[in-house]
Amino acid sequence: MLHIVNKSATERNSLESCLRMATKGSAVLLIEDAVYAVTSGGEAAAKIQAAMPDLQIYALGPDLEARGMAGRVLDGVKLVDYGGFVDLVTEHNTCQSWL
Amino acid sequence: MSDMMDDMEGGEGVVKKFMFVNRKAPHGTVYALEGLEVVLISAAFDQDVSMVFTDDGVYELIKGMNTKGIEVKDFSKTYRALEGYDIEKLYVEKTSMDARGLTEDDLIVDVTVLDSAEMASLMAEQDVVISF
Amino acid sequence: MPMVEVAGKSFEVDEEGYLTNLADWNKEIGEYLAKDEKVELTDSHWEVINFLREYYEEYQIAPAVRVLTKAVAKKLGPDKGNNKYLYELFPYGPAKQACKIAGLPKPTGCI
Repeated sequence: MLHIVNKSATERNSLESCLRMATKGSAVLLIEDAVYAVTSGGEAAAKIQAAMPDLQIYALGPDLEARGMAGRVLDGVKLVDYGGFVDLVTEHNTCQSWL
Repeated sequence: MSDMMDDMEGGEGVVKKFMFVNRKAPHGTVYALEGLEVVLISAAFDQDVSMVFTDDGVYELIKGMNTKGIEVKDFSKTYRALEGYDIEKLYVEKTSMDARGLTEDDLIVDVTVLDSAEMASLMAEQDVVISF
Repeated sequence: MPMVEVAGKSFEVDEEGYLTNLADWNKEIGEYLAKDEKVELTDSHWEVINFLREYYEEYQIAPAVRVLTKAVAKKLGPDKGNNKYLYELFPYGPAKQACKIAGLPKPTGCI
């Protein structure tokens, strides 16, 4: 299963719900305003780090760059571009978008 | 508004305290950009304008944005034009900065950092508060 | 969207004649748009047009006229940064008209 989150974790609970429901071995891709969660120093970073042993966390590079956050990404988070986004979708049988 | 109206200065009107409150991250929604445009327009009316950045709104001021990849305008540069529009009262809330691991050095413009109580009293003394 | 043709190439403009894509702009298009506005471009006009393009590059907006006037005064001196000088160059408004010729969007706050 691929989980996709696009809302800021400091504004809505989408990421929190996603991390609660995502089962071990799932992938979580953060896009748009959700990418702030994988940057160091923020409150959401701790939630991501706690989830990392069980989940592979991805973030969309162009969204981090657009927000001036590309230099602050947590270790262990894999960055993908739009091509990588498509690959992730095709590699997984199901997608859940936490709108 | 025409250039002529835009050019009216001084005027006879009453000067009110306007506060624009920005609480949304840029790009993900249109609020940040729309709010900035409203502020730029309001500058033509010579009011006492403050801009406040709290919660995810502090992300609007991060320096080093590169929006080429997502093909939208990098309006973070426009905050630097505010001074030329005589909008110089920019405030960020410390709690919001701390929660996001940000400091003043991460921001593209000079701001005044206020604690929550200071922000609250600033908000309380306004005539008009407009939220984005 | 309406199109204009300059030197054999077509460019998109909006319903008021402002160039849609900033990157399309070149001197020839500037001259074409000026002709449309019945402005004969001199070095003094180009100075303001180039100033506006630099301003847009730096701030990503077309300035309101009083901001333009102030910024021109700062960069090019008070004899140029005043309404009289700028309106003589661009009778229909230094912000609106000069922005159009410079290939910029209409200044924020103009209708």
